[in-house]
Amino acid sequence: MSTQKRIKVVLAKPGLDGHDQGAKVVARALMDAGMEVLYTGLRQTPEAIARISQEEDADVIALSSMAGSHLPICRKLKPLLEQAGLADKLWVIGGNLPAQDHAELRALGFKGIFPSSSRLEDIVNYIQANAP
Amino acid sequence: MKPKDLPEKELRPVVNESGIAIKPLYTAEDVAASGGADMIGLPGQYPFTRGIHSLMYRRQPFTMRQYTGFGNPADTNKRFHYLIANGQTGLNVAFDLPTQCGMDSDDPQAEGEIGRVGMAVDTLRDFETAFAGVDLEKITVSLTINGAAAILIAMYLAMAEKRGYDLAKLRGTAQNDILKEFVGRGTWVYPVAPSIRLVGDTIEYCAKHAPKYSPVSVCGYHIRESGADPAQEMAYAFCIAKAYADEVIRRGLPVDEFAGRLSFNFNCFGSIFEQVAKFRAGRSLWAKIMKEQYGATQPGSMWLRMIAGGGGGGLTFEQPEINIVRGAYYALICALAGTQTMALCCYDEAYTIPSEYAQRISLRTMQLLIEEMGLGDTVDPMGGSYYIETLTSQMRERMERIMADVDSQGGIVKLVAEGAIQAKVSAQAYQRQRAIEEGSFRKVGVNCYRTEDKTPEMEFHPYKDEDARAQVEALRRIRAERDAGAVQVALARVKADAKSGANLMPAIMQAVKAYASVGEITNMLVGEFGRFREPVRF
Repeated sequence: MSTQKRIKVVLAKPGLDGHDQGAKVVARALMDAGMEVLYTGLRQTPEAIARISQEEDADVIALSSMAGSHLPICRKLKPLLEQAGLADKLWVIGGNLPAQDHAELRALGFKGIFPSSSRLEDIVNYIQANAP
Repeated sequence: MKPKDLPEKELRPVVNESGIAIKPLYTAEDVAASGGADMIGLPGQYPFTRGIHSLMYRRQPFTMRQYTGFGNPADTNKRFHYLIANGQTGLNVAFDLPTQCGMDSDDPQAEGEIGRVGMAVDTLRDFETAFAGVDLEKITVSLTINGAAAILIAMYLAMAEKRGYDLAKLRGTAQNDILKEFVGRGTWVYPVAPSIRLVGDTIEYCAKHAPKYSPVSVCGYHIRESGADPAQEMAYAFCIAKAYADEVIRRGLPVDEFAGRLSFNFNCFGSIFEQVAKFRAGRSLWAKIMKEQYGATQPGSMWLRMIAGGGGGGLTFEQPEINIVRGAYYALICALAGTQTMALCCYDEAYTIPSEYAQRISLRTMQLLIEEMGLGDTVDPMGGSYYIETLTSQMRERMERIMADVDSQGGIVKLVAEGAIQAKVSAQAYQRQRAIEEGSFRKVGVNCYRTEDKTPEMEFHPYKDEDARAQVEALRRIRAERDAGAVQVALARVKADAKSGANLMPAIMQAVKAYASVGEITNMLVGEFGRFREPVRF
């Protein structure tokens, strides 16, 4: 719909993980689907992610984590996103996310969880359906 | 002779990943038409298409060197001894991300990452612990380190020296390929120019003080993982290797004094034949470059010495047990291609740090080739195949064209600094992912032959917060015990040499011997060089 606002996504690589092939592929898929994507690049601290998301007025905060530190990162990020007034935005995470961690990620507010092998189409559809 | 009765027009077209159209049959005519017949030659002779040594595995099988490291140095030391006890002939060390990014374990950004994807290293003490009981003359050690490579090479040399080894005879390898870190993998620290200077410093220092040590392993591997096709993988790696060679030659070091210690690291997933042809083509192209463009005269300077293997980009999350079979084919490719060293990604690697069980399967896969399958019996067994020889010529031509394109666009250093190579391979990765999801690029278990069976139980590698705390405490203890004056003097010298443009390795050696930490030395260099700012381009 032409009256609908374009969905704006801040896509971040938190922590020190340098595996960005997946994040960049997802960024392209979201752009192809008509979304505005701000990809942060590597090594973003939780503080930086919250600040950028706030400054950019993001509808969606998306993380890509491949190196196993997703839980400590999301535990730190949750209060920062809340303090930045972003509690009502859509938080999603993708990457190497073992099934046993999904419940905690969900409890931390990451409603969309896309582990390795997720399809681009499913990620795009989920964000389109759930972005505020 | 033309193949008859083949309704070629009715056949599905086949184009390999590098963009070469594949015929249903090859004959001697194709080899002649490919224009590469005179490049075949003999193993051990220029242009080395068939192998860098005349007898290859008949004399000595490839080194088997699984990538390992996690937790504290003592944990990694145990796994090293396990692998050596199981017949592994080299070590390939994985470091945790704080170490790779030049941070200490007590850096706020290290929290949650200490020892997670590799071994944590803060000071020389950690190297002493990690390699305790390992005979460094029998077992060659490869350090997978890039942004912090100069510091970790210094630690390795200092540790070996302390244990009484003669550096003039010490073998081993460091990855130390920073340009590819900007393209994929991402453990850069400094901007592009000082990063290349540091690579030059390590090459120059090792040429003089540790002439058998390989200070650089130029990686096509990660560029391929980031989305490059096989011909690009090798072409970009050669462009990068040339950038390092140019840096050292600019300083006045003759090519034959360092080129023999340049090594390479390549991926192997994809079509068996395209991969084997890639390696054979690359071997002759590198020899040609070193001889014709650099005037190398020593055969060793022209050798494409390599570790080949891995194949992570070809493995799947779905039906992980079939990754064991993929790994066996990847090992076959690398052995047919004449690699010097092999390592395989483990079947569980899409899930976790490999278990001991998974590591042993990979090691046995490589041992099978030599012990049961005859891969060590004859040199270049694919040589002379009409298909392989034709494809080898075509792959070489394609690599040369890619390298010429890079040069015409301003050279690899400029293209990497601007993010142009990154944008190109990432666009290709996206196209590939689309093709997989549409089913036009087939992946068994992913877009065909899927099963709803439950994935077998995986043994997840544990992460223990108490180990991370122990690493931080150990670092604090060393800081309290070491000679603080000696550390200050050494760090001041690092800073001064960074500023003056002197070779930084003597100062870094002095600093690591005084038990200065990875983070302390890195911060001195960052103070002079600044940090890399990643260009984000789509």
